[in-house]
Amino acid sequence: MAPIIELERVAKTFAVRHRAGRLRRQRHEVHAVDDVSFTVDPGAMVGYIGPNGAGKSTTVKMLIGILLPSRGTVRVDGRDPSRHRIAVASRIGVVFGQRTQLWWDLPLIDSFALLRHVFRVPAARHAATLATLVDLLGLGPFLATPVRQLSLGQRMRGELAAALLHEPPILFLDEPTIGLDLVAKEAVRSFLAHRNREAGTTVLLTTHDLVDVERLCDRILIIDRGRVIEDGTVDGIKARYGTERTLVVDLEAPLPPVAIEGAAVLRVEGPRQWLRFHRDAHTAADLIARVAALAPVRDVAIEEPAIEDVVRHIYGR
Amino acid sequence: MGDVTATAGTYGRLVGGRIRADWQYRTSFVLFLVGQSLVAGFEFASLAVLLANVDALAGWSALEVAFLYGVSGLAFGVADLFISQVETAAVHIKAGTFDHFLVRPLGPLLQLSAAEFAPRRLGRSVQPAIVLAVVLGRLDVDWTAAHVTLVPLTIASAVVIYGAIWVATSSIAFWTVETQEIANSFTYGGNELTSYPIDVLGRWLRRAVTFVVPLASIAYLPACELFAKPLPFGLPRAAAWAGPIVAVVAVAAAGTIWRTAVRHYRSTGS
Ligand SMILES: Nc1ncnc2c1ncn2[C@@H]1O[C@H](COP(=O)(O)OP(=O)(O)O)[C@@H](O)[C@H]1O
Ligand SMILES: [Mg+2]
Repeated sequence: MAPIIELERVAKTFAVRHRAGRLRRQRHEVHAVDDVSFTVDPGAMVGYIGPNGAGKSTTVKMLIGILLPSRGTVRVDGRDPSRHRIAVASRIGVVFGQRTQLWWDLPLIDSFALLRHVFRVPAARHAATLATLVDLLGLGPFLATPVRQLSLGQRMRGELAAALLHEPPILFLDEPTIGLDLVAKEAVRSFLAHRNREAGTTVLLTTHDLVDVERLCDRILIIDRGRVIEDGTVDGIKARYGTERTLVVDLEAPLPPVAIEGAAVLRVEGPRQWLRFHRDAHTAADLIARVAALAPVRDVAIEEPAIEDVVRHIYGR
Repeated sequence: MGDVTATAGTYGRLVGGRIRADWQYRTSFVLFLVGQSLVAGFEFASLAVLLANVDALAGWSALEVAFLYGVSGLAFGVADLFISQVETAAVHIKAGTFDHFLVRPLGPLLQLSAAEFAPRRLGRSVQPAIVLAVVLGRLDVDWTAAHVTLVPLTIASAVVIYGAIWVATSSIAFWTVETQEIANSFTYGGNELTSYPIDVLGRWLRRAVTFVVPLASIAYLPACELFAKPLPFGLPRAAAWAGPIVAVVAVAAAGTIWRTAVRHYRSTGS
């Protein structure tokens, strides 16, 4: 299966001028993306994550034909997006969480009608796609509302519909859940999961919210200072970096912190104790046996590391 | 051809969208229209006074000057209506909203023209159109078929040339954002220049205007042909027909500059 997105040794450098003294202006270069290579297969759902300023948006902008790479080659659906911008535009859907692509002063439905003409979708086809999207995203109640009066969550659902009206096989989302409340976030996530499953849409999303990644993505790419520093499945990365697990034990009676080598008691709350242990130092079964040898145990649970902690650990290196 | 029709249709829809959006703020729209009409009325009155009192300007009669005004003013008005929006590229570049034009399967120039369309600019063409209509019937011109075609041909070429200058000068914004003033002085200044016979300008400027910035072809050379005056610098009479050629060259140059500029678009860090 040929990859649908390909980046080979891609870099983007911005020349930035800033004032140095009264008249002097200094020029320096920002390496927003610095040698990034990866490919994405059709139907995959990839999370592109990293701290602020890591180069996520810059990468996406090169993939959708907004920015010309300074070095390297980019291919989307087999084409160079900056040279074949118009051909690529009709094969991709784009959502920017921070900005609207809808017509601000017009009712939501008008944006959809205008986009139908821009993307040259036949009327019957458009009607069918729109009906499905309105249904899935629950847009019905506010189709006639001007976009500027929509809540952020409603607007984001509108943006998703707008990006998919021409049924693109690839969807790029830059921070699609930013600023949304939990309910709206969940609506966006379940819609994306559904779209990926049912239509086979390839999705590349950048996010700060690792729950998005954990809920949605088969694969995560972690980028830092313009370079991809990790590429793998969520579970794989957890297994590799999430070396610290936590055992929660409920004892029969409250006790002072148990003393076991290779396990640190994080917290004690009545009869309940939290023990952090290293994957290499103990197996869970081994540690439970040791606790049980010290005091009668009523119940146990293992807490796996949160992806947040893993990512923090990776950035911290 | 079908493609051109479809694109024109899409352009029309996008302009319609813009007008409907503006209609949300109709009070200010109506107030603006009233103000514009007042200004146009004053302008028209002063022009009438000027034409009534100035018999000959550098060997040109008042009617002939009015013809120059009508042709260049109308061309400028039409270019202003459809193409001047390209100036707002600077605003979209600064805000990063130019991004949106690049992710849709339409040329960014077309989208910009539609997105920033302002029907009120129609007002700019009304006065020169009236002047031209009045003047055309009174001019002492030998209306051969060639001369009849020369008038619309000149206007069309002038629209295209003005548009090309607008696009080319606005492209600078992709390198340095704070350039709206540069583009403005260029085109608005250009309009002043072609409204009066270039004979009143200095010799050096005349040369520059005729050859370096070929604005003269916009109205002056065709007017010389129509009014049976010798062309400046002993140019052959055929030079009066240079408008379309200049227009084609201007479009090619402006197109290249614009495309290069768009490739330099750097968006904004978010
Ligand atoms: N248009 C631009 N001009 C100058 N610097 C930019 C521009 N866009 C991004 N940058 C810089 O490049 C780096 C990466 O930015 P970005 O890709 O937006 O990061 P992210 O989306 O991961 O937060 C940052 O240092 C940012 O300031
Ligand atoms: Mg970003």
